Amino acid sequence: MSEGHLRGRQVFFSIIKRDLMLAFRTPGQVVNPVAFYLMVASLFPLGIAPDKALLSQLAGGIVWIGALLAVLLSLDSLFRSDQEDGSLDQLLLSPHPLPLLALAKVAAHWLATGLALILTAPLLALMLHLPTQAFPALMLSLLLGTPLMSLVGGIGAALTVRVQRGGVLLTLLSLPLYVPVLIFGTGAVQSAVDGMEYTGHLLWLGALLMTGLCLAPLAIAASLRVVVDG
Amino acid sequence: MLKLVKLGCERDNRLLFTDLSIELLPGQLLQIEGANGSGKTTLLRVLAGLSSDYLGDICWRGEKLSGVYADFRLSTFYFGHKPAVKHELTPIENMHWRAGLRNEVRSEQQIRKALDQVDLAGFEEVPCGHLSAGQQRRVALADLSVTEARLWILDEPFTAIDVHGVAWLESVLLRHINDDGMVVITSHQRLRDISGQVRKIRLESFSGPVGSDHFADDEGAFL
Repeated sequence: MSEGHLRGRQVFFSIIKRDLMLAFRTPGQVVNPVAFYLMVASLFPLGIAPDKALLSQLAGGIVWIGALLAVLLSLDSLFRSDQEDGSLDQLLLSPHPLPLLALAKVAAHWLATGLALILTAPLLALMLHLPTQAFPALMLSLLLGTPLMSLVGGIGAALTVRVQRGGVLLTLLSLPLYVPVLIFGTGAVQSAVDGMEYTGHLLWLGALLMTGLCLAPLAIAASLRVVVDG
Repeated sequence: MLKLVKLGCERDNRLLFTDLSIELLPGQLLQIEGANGSGKTTLLRVLAGLSSDYLGDICWRGEKLSGVYADFRLSTFYFGHKPAVKHELTPIENMHWRAGLRNEVRSEQQIRKALDQVDLAGFEEVPCGHLSAGQQRRVALADLSVTEARLWILDEPFTAIDVHGVAWLESVLLRHINDDGMVVITSHQRLRDISGQVRKIRLESFSGPVGSDHFADDEGAFL
């Protein structure tokens, strides 16, 4: 019997590796959110006006809202396939702490979608005439904001994992929690556009991210246990 | 080792079973029988710790389950209705992550040998989505020959398995209980090759009022 130490770090990375392999073998999982992101952001110039002065004012918000919606779109599948093929039961029965496994799942999700969105963001910002001095603020705020959105959305994904077509419910659950992230994220970009200091917003995002890193895995684990218990 | 004390379970206002008390010792196999919908899967999910909605107590090594979950999980192998095999991954990759979750480390050689035993030699590098339903279940069952778990909780493991696979599975079960392991299994299959150590309960006999003769005839077990 394997008494003694649990190889927590090993299982953490093996779950990340597994989920990344799954993501890249069904490329839609990575490509769809990025394509959605590009589409949403390019609707704005069409819908409002392709006016440079106007767009450069709106660019920060558009890029951020696009990223937020793209993350939401991709979150639905976070635990669903595990629930469908029975892997979720195995996760719950593992001797490893469930929050650790949940954190691994969220980390893999961020690596597969959040990172891709961050890399696409400069392209969109350029397209929307975001002033150059705001680029660092945009990138940094997304770097802090997207993992936070994955973490918070993970709670909603866990709660709706057994709901048929739970995507809308997931959106309704997660969007209110995304409001602070959006405010600080776009706040940072707007300050940078106006030539003001933006570290305050980033520090707030960082603090939220730390809180999320500590608490969200616990909430996700508890939600999964409750939902599967039925 | 595993002891159920007055276990009862209700779902959707229906009493599935009540007052179920039984102790499973090392080297024993408990076969749970019952009609469809009689609560076999629910009982196994309760036993595995997936469901906490039950009455009574479950004790593991003399202590209540809620206090010794970590040890219990290290000692348990659960095989559910859904085999927990990822379609996009190959059998080898699937066995790697499954072993990791159970806190076991398996070498590629051990895994290939286990897959060979379930007649999956030559399919090691094929994505599981391309395999048949029976083969996918074999990938999950291949874990039985490498796991260190003492208690196996198997929900209908014989489903979609061919004659040869059934013989293999019976031999693995026999080896496990001869090795002082424990098995709780639901199956409509009559476990022929295993003699002596099989105990059977019929779940329906626990759905009635307390006091009736609970244990089904053990005769069938000694064939």
